[in-house]
Amino acid sequence: MDRDTEAGTSSSIPTSTHDPSETTNTTTKAADPVPPLPPRPSRKLSDDGASGGALHVTAAPKPTTQVSTIDISTLSFPDGSRGTFSTSATSATRSVASPQSSASGYTSPRTDPTETMSVTSYPATLRPPGDLADLVTGEFNRRSRAWSMLRTQSSSVQPFEASRSSACDSLAGFEKEFDDIPELGEKGGITDEQRLSLWKSKMKHYMILSSAGKPIWSRHGDTSLINSYMGVVQTIISFYEGAKDPLLGFTAGNARFVISTQGPLYFVAISRLGESDAQLRSQLDALYMQILSTLTLPTLKNIFVHRPSTDLRKPLEGTESLLSSLADSFTKGSPSALLGALECLRLRKSHRATINNAFLKCRSDKLLYGLIVAGGKLVSVIRPRKHSLHPSDLQLIFNMLFESGGIRAGGGENWVPLCLPAFNNRGYLYMYVSFFDTVDISEETTTPLEPPQPATQPPKSPDEEIAIILISADKESFFDLKSMRDKLALQLAKNGSLSLIQSAARQGRPRIESILNPSSSSQIAEGQGQLSHFLYKSRANVQFCQSSLSPTFESPYSTVSGSEKGSTVSQTPETLVSRRRLMTLYHHLHSSIHAKHSHLKVLHLVSEDAASLAWITPVFEFYCVAGPNMSRGVMTQCANKVVQWAKREEERLFIIGGGVF
Amino acid sequence: MADANTPKPSSSVKLVLLGEAAVGKSSLVLRFVNNDFQENKEPTIGAAFLTQKCNLPTRTIKFEIWDTAGQERFASLAPMYYRNAQAALVVYDLTKPTSLIKAKHWVAELQRQASPGIVIALVGNKLDLTSDSAGSAEVSGDGDDNAEDSGDARKISTEEAKTYAEEEGLLFFETSAKTGHNVTEVFTAIANAIPETSLKSARGPGASHAGASRTEEQRVNLNGPRDPNAKEGCAC
Repeated sequence: MDRDTEAGTSSSIPTSTHDPSETTNTTTKAADPVPPLPPRPSRKLSDDGASGGALHVTAAPKPTTQVSTIDISTLSFPDGSRGTFSTSATSATRSVASPQSSASGYTSPRTDPTETMSVTSYPATLRPPGDLADLVTGEFNRRSRAWSMLRTQSSSVQPFEASRSSACDSLAGFEKEFDDIPELGEKGGITDEQRLSLWKSKMKHYMILSSAGKPIWSRHGDTSLINSYMGVVQTIISFYEGAKDPLLGFTAGNARFVISTQGPLYFVAISRLGESDAQLRSQLDALYMQILSTLTLPTLKNIFVHRPSTDLRKPLEGTESLLSSLADSFTKGSPSALLGALECLRLRKSHRATINNAFLKCRSDKLLYGLIVAGGKLVSVIRPRKHSLHPSDLQLIFNMLFESGGIRAGGGENWVPLCLPAFNNRGYLYMYVSFFDTVDISEETTTPLEPPQPATQPPKSPDEEIAIILISADKESFFDLKSMRDKLALQLAKNGSLSLIQSAARQGRPRIESILNPSSSSQIAEGQGQLSHFLYKSRANVQFCQSSLSPTFESPYSTVSGSEKGSTVSQTPETLVSRRRLMTLYHHLHSSIHAKHSHLKVLHLVSEDAASLAWITPVFEFYCVAGPNMSRGVMTQCANKVVQWAKREEERLFIIGGGVF
Repeated sequence: MADANTPKPSSSVKLVLLGEAAVGKSSLVLRFVNNDFQENKEPTIGAAFLTQKCNLPTRTIKFEIWDTAGQERFASLAPMYYRNAQAALVVYDLTKPTSLIKAKHWVAELQRQASPGIVIALVGNKLDLTSDSAGSAEVSGDGDDNAEDSGDARKISTEEAKTYAEEEGLLFFETSAKTGHNVTEVFTAIANAIPETSLKSARGPGASHAGASRTEEQRVNLNGPRDPNAKEGCAC
């Protein structure tokens, strides 16, 4: 599928081409008298962070042994891209005062006084261009003796072990983030003050209100709780609107407020999770897309043109769960949302081709798009030649099907009118959805028992559910698409594709051990430790893959008893928190390497918690995380291996082209 | 089952569920089709299509069920679902007066625009929230009076809804999708009420009188099996 590619990546430069002009360019860049500041470990950007370019760090200097020295070297790679390493001995993710450690709780944005960094630039010619590992021969990686004595250099330390045991954990209480705030008058007699403090303890808030100040939706708290806050928010926003200087965001204490205005709607994100403004804004955009998907743009406009004070809650009724599940996926941390890309099911190229062909053969005339999805991962896509599918639209569909339970839990087949805003925000399409586990292929012929028996099959993990999604512009085409689905299901069962999909879904994501040491089964290379997790985004395909989250970021699924079928498989609190730690680090890497004017290509970050690496080229974006003691050399070696693996496996990991008709 | 050996005449019946949001339409269907119940079910989006067979002594009815979303914005799509439908379940929530008003609107729209022979059942759901859910059906004929003191959430009396159903010639049931009380009975009654003539051709006319006569029978049904059913509801 040829989705929109990001700025200038369409040329898809192969990594091996060496561009000499690029090298000289690097030299001038490096010799530039005022090199762009590398992004400091900052969790908050100033209000004008996006436009002004200057980054302010709000953290108060910490009276610890951590010295914030940064070594930077800019260098060029054989592939012609440039990279800037910066190693920081400070704890990157910890450097911002956590709620507990911040003395006042209200530090205003200011420049870190300890921002004394030594910038070392090497002309690229002084260093032989070579493997990333060659770059690590220098002194950068040497740590102070005291540091070495304080901590064992054991490579077995997993990422985030330090913060797990630390008392001032910024994610303390995150496991309660998604708990509901009890209603007034519910059993247990909760007071208004308790509710308010519960509400305030949430680390992430999203609010949607109309420009007239009418509340539309809020992730936490009911109207009685949030109405007054909505009023305050509306007053602040409209004050700046009135001054023709729209408010984009501000910081209060350790919370970042980001505001997005879309016509008559105000969107507000309040985060204490350290996301950048751009990231929060893209989350708000996704919420707006969900609203458009429900109402379409002309309807939304009409509503407010005629009556600006309309209460939009009524027309949006029933969408709250979709907005909430979308918001929660951001709060939990979604690599897909972060990278703006989709994840595909890893399949052999020939298998995927077989599925695509069967799909195309069964195609109904009414079909616009057809998708097969297993556990939120794309298996196959067919589409008309002149239309492609936009990731943000697919994000909405996947959220509806896999994150919120509305469709999956109901059973049966579904016929859902929805607008795909990136495709066309003016009208509805009709989506046929059928899950394979709810409707068995052979079931049609057998006589169901009467009275019906309670469902006895064990609950499937959501990762294994296979859905067929057929989208049409014709609202009367349900039975056409249904018969197409029946034909396709028969085909897939007959040619064995269905079991291939099932086994691929069960197998899960690739494990890092098998990528790094394909030959030796269990032996971990020389006790160097391992990468714990990586994300690899193919920019041209707007798709990404990631390694298995187990064992570091996944405890086994808590067993769900048979009676609770349909309820989403619950994660243990530890899993939730450790995933969020990982995602917070990825968010940090992502915003640092994508910071405007930074021209970063490689970013290596070591903190007390974890070592991490981000590497972008025109072809891919790569992010990985390992234990804090992994040396840069080992890390770069691993990174290279993974990138080579991804290149080798490209046609299995990603859907390239898809079925076109 | 017995019918496997001696195939009975089998026919499809298109059935549509209508009613205000969150009255329990999907839960009724889920109970009927899967004998399952989910607490805090998320709202249906658009519509869901399910099938379930219902064995009658003389024939087998295969219900093709359209479970529609109750939100206002989906109302414009409803004609697509009730067009050619032979049966409709109009559901309201016993604990929510506005839902009966909405149900009456649906009944009127169906009588105006759906197939003339359509069999309509009016169903008051969430009986488990009322005090008469334990089987004391006879006492609580008009539960409005003692609603406050007995912790009874009922807001619509059986009498009120039943009178309306009789006037309009509808089947009438009070159900609980949660306990399963009366759920299968609703569908069986509908299956019985579908006239043979309309089973052969999808749009058989003249079913309305049949539906009305059934109402009398159902009244008996309503009180008859209630007590044993209450026990059965607890067991499953």
